[in-house]
Amino acid sequence: MQKIIKITIIFLLIFILGIFFLSLNKSSNYNTESLVGNKLGEIELVSFEDDSIFTNDDFKKNSFTLINFWASWCAPCRIEHPQLMELSKENNIKILGVNFKDKKINALKFLKDLGDPYEYLTRDSNGKQSVNFGIYGIPESILIDNKLTIIKKFVGPLTKQDLNNIKEIINNL
Amino acid sequence: MLSNTGNFLLILSILFTSFIIYQSFACLKKTNDMIFKSIYKISLLQSTTILICFFTLVGAFMVSDFSLINVYQNSHTLKPIFYKISGTWGNHEGSLLLWVIILTIFSFLFLITNKNHPKNYRINTLIIQNILILGFLFFILFNSNPFSSISPIPKEGLGLNPILQDPALAIHPPLLYVGFVGSSIYFSAAMASVITNYSGKFFAQSIKSWVIISWSFQTLGILVGSIWAYYELGWGGFWFWDPVENASLLPWFAMTALLHSLLVLEKRNILYFWSIILCLLTFTLSVTGTFLVRSGILNSVHTFANDPSRGIYILSFLSLMIFASVYILFTKYKPTNDQINSNSKETFILINNWFMMFYLITVLLGTLYPIFTDAISNNKISVGPPFYNSVIIPVVIIFLFFMAIGPKVRWIKNEFLNFKDLLKIIVGAIAVNFIITYFFKSYSLISNLIIISSVFLIISTISDAFKKPKINFARIISHFSFGFLIFFIGLNHNFSIEKDFNLKLGETKKIDNYNFELKDLKLQQYDNYKAVIGKIQISDLSTNKKRTLNPEIRIYDNPQTLTYEASIKTNFFRDYYLTMSNIDRSDYYNIKFQEKPLMIWIWISVVMLSFGGFLSFIRNAKNN
Amino acid sequence: MKIKIFLTIFFISFNLNLGSNEPIDESKIHKNLRCLVCQGQSIADSNSDFAITLKMVVKDLIKNGKSEDEIYDFLSEKYGDWILYNPKLNAGNLLLWSLPYLVLVFGGVIIVFLIRKQSKKT
Repeated sequence: MQKIIKITIIFLLIFILGIFFLSLNKSSNYNTESLVGNKLGEIELVSFEDDSIFTNDDFKKNSFTLINFWASWCAPCRIEHPQLMELSKENNIKILGVNFKDKKINALKFLKDLGDPYEYLTRDSNGKQSVNFGIYGIPESILIDNKLTIIKKFVGPLTKQDLNNIKEIINNL
Repeated sequence: MLSNTGNFLLILSILFTSFIIYQSFACLKKTNDMIFKSIYKISLLQSTTILICFFTLVGAFMVSDFSLINVYQNSHTLKPIFYKISGTWGNHEGSLLLWVIILTIFSFLFLITNKNHPKNYRINTLIIQNILILGFLFFILFNSNPFSSISPIPKEGLGLNPILQDPALAIHPPLLYVGFVGSSIYFSAAMASVITNYSGKFFAQSIKSWVIISWSFQTLGILVGSIWAYYELGWGGFWFWDPVENASLLPWFAMTALLHSLLVLEKRNILYFWSIILCLLTFTLSVTGTFLVRSGILNSVHTFANDPSRGIYILSFLSLMIFASVYILFTKYKPTNDQINSNSKETFILINNWFMMFYLITVLLGTLYPIFTDAISNNKISVGPPFYNSVIIPVVIIFLFFMAIGPKVRWIKNEFLNFKDLLKIIVGAIAVNFIITYFFKSYSLISNLIIISSVFLIISTISDAFKKPKINFARIISHFSFGFLIFFIGLNHNFSIEKDFNLKLGETKKIDNYNFELKDLKLQQYDNYKAVIGKIQISDLSTNKKRTLNPEIRIYDNPQTLTYEASIKTNFFRDYYLTMSNIDRSDYYNIKFQEKPLMIWIWISVVMLSFGGFLSFIRNAKNN
Repeated sequence: MKIKIFLTIFFISFNLNLGSNEPIDESKIHKNLRCLVCQGQSIADSNSDFAITLKMVVKDLIKNGKSEDEIYDFLSEKYGDWILYNPKLNAGNLLLWSLPYLVLVFGGVIIVFLIRKQSKKT
């Protein structure tokens, strides 16, 4: 009996210390990039220009859609914009922009200065719609297919590597 | 220059420590009872050297010697002198020096105050303690050296985090370190005791003072940390079950359990191996806590900056400690026939230990679980206040009842509890609770039980002061302070009022019984920050009393940070607590107003709790 | 022994949501949601953009008649379990919720065992 207790204790200690050693390599910062594979829920986004509604059905027209949350007051959005411009030239993908907590005038100026990659442009003035997409900061982008499955999430500005990654995914059908 | 001095002193300390270990082994070989005079002398030299080393670093901070990387990274010429000094231990490397000071001084003091105990026991304690010291000195010298230099010498430092510029936070580490770092000495003594077969009541007498002192300081250290969180962090709470807070609480549970089981060991010579386990557990938890906080594997508002190499070193050190102590325990364990009398004090002390282990396991589990699930299933979960509160609070109710009854029970059986008295006290407690709910506000079932059980403990403990001929004031004060602590926390939680709303300059808002007006906003320049000071007038419509609170938004330069300073008005009945923050891209300011009854009594209860510990130390010193 | 079992169940029942008829406490929900862009704060204590947005969304969900658990399910589906401070009662967290009580019961059993050992001798 005593031997069993001793062996159990030793195993438990090795297990706990082992987990600690393993965890040293992991990052303790959290991001939602692993939340992929699910479908988007019911989406309703207000169009940028008028008050028409953009819904799930509009997504199904495209093979792939990149939903990009951005704003004119966001500096990293400026930095990632060239990547979006290049992506807009691809055939298999359409970019949906969601202008987040922004003023129309400023947003339009931003697009005039840096270019408009957005096939569709919508707005989320109070930011509430972003929660339906699991967004917690900008810029953030979500890549979905025509069945509305989330393929990849990008938290933070899109890099050149992200762009190549997307191109690979959308051209490998 | 200071860099060389500091490094030299570190190396000297390592040499002294090694010498002590070497001489101690030699001393063990001699059969006589004398400890070499050289060991005493070198121990004194060792403590002195480490102290000088520490003050060298303090000096470097005071004169802003930026040739030391540590000073460069953590200080700034514009810092007020008090915070330059406290900045010495407000960072990873400097705080490690503080660790070593406590380890060393305790080692020396234990050596010279234990002259009535066997040589082998004292020498073994010295050896083990100095191995710990050596471990930390190597860690400092090779991995986390506060005396590392930088060239060319920068003109200005990177600044201390403004949130750390606070008097409470300045004394928080020293207090805590006397607590959980001090527990190293009874870790070493416990190992020595097992190795040399020095068991029972004499061992208890040897370490009792040390356990009491470390417990008292740990209590104060935790208190000061909570006070700081309350004043500085701006959310009006004082305990968030944050992993770093838990890291300081875990050794406290073990210390409290140990404190009580030593009473049994001393009086009745039983529970020896359990006491040993608690001694080993306390310091092990201390080092584990240090590992969790400094390795970067936890996500917390309190953590130091990340560096994986630190984590590897501390974890290796911890692993060696754990396996060494497990090895010694397993090879030397002798099953004893401990006779525990039911209906006697020792049963109740066992019950205390039982509950302490429950609290310990709960907090340990809650803190470590996210790490484990992340490592095993790559799924990050959070364990926060709702978990700890819902698991621990109901159990505290029962615990308080046991705590009230325990001290009344004699050591030797044959005395039955006076149930009539207990009944009277319970009725009294229920009456007090009823009065509170009737005149003020009613609350949940659990809150009722918490109030009843804490009042029961309070009345019960105070009635002890009138009954017995020999009054143990230390125990009475500590126990009723604990009762008061739970009582005030319960009331504070149930009667707190919170209001969250937005105001523009010049605007007034009426919410329930209050009128809030943002009368003024001033911009003021200080030494190392700018502040936007709001003047908010609160009119209590039921009493017509007006109060002004002045929350601040502070903009620091080095490093660039924004902090929100709460405006707090304290009196013996309640605290008024208000924070103001700006809303991005808006003229409005968000105001969070809280009315927190009896807040100051929560702090006073913990001070009294710790005071009981110091009284106990004096009492124990007198008796021996 | 029976008392011990009863007490244990009594304690566990405090953790179950007994008050499903109570009105939704917005503040309690805010305190249970982690602010994802802050270092260890709930959205109740934070004034970040994210916290403010989330508070608005919680308000809407309550208005639409969602229960507290439904709100937690919705948000943890979008943001992961990390956003909830009260860990869910699922298979993965079984050990977390049960081990403390197991320790309590186990400890009590040990004490009773130790005391019985003595009274058997006398």
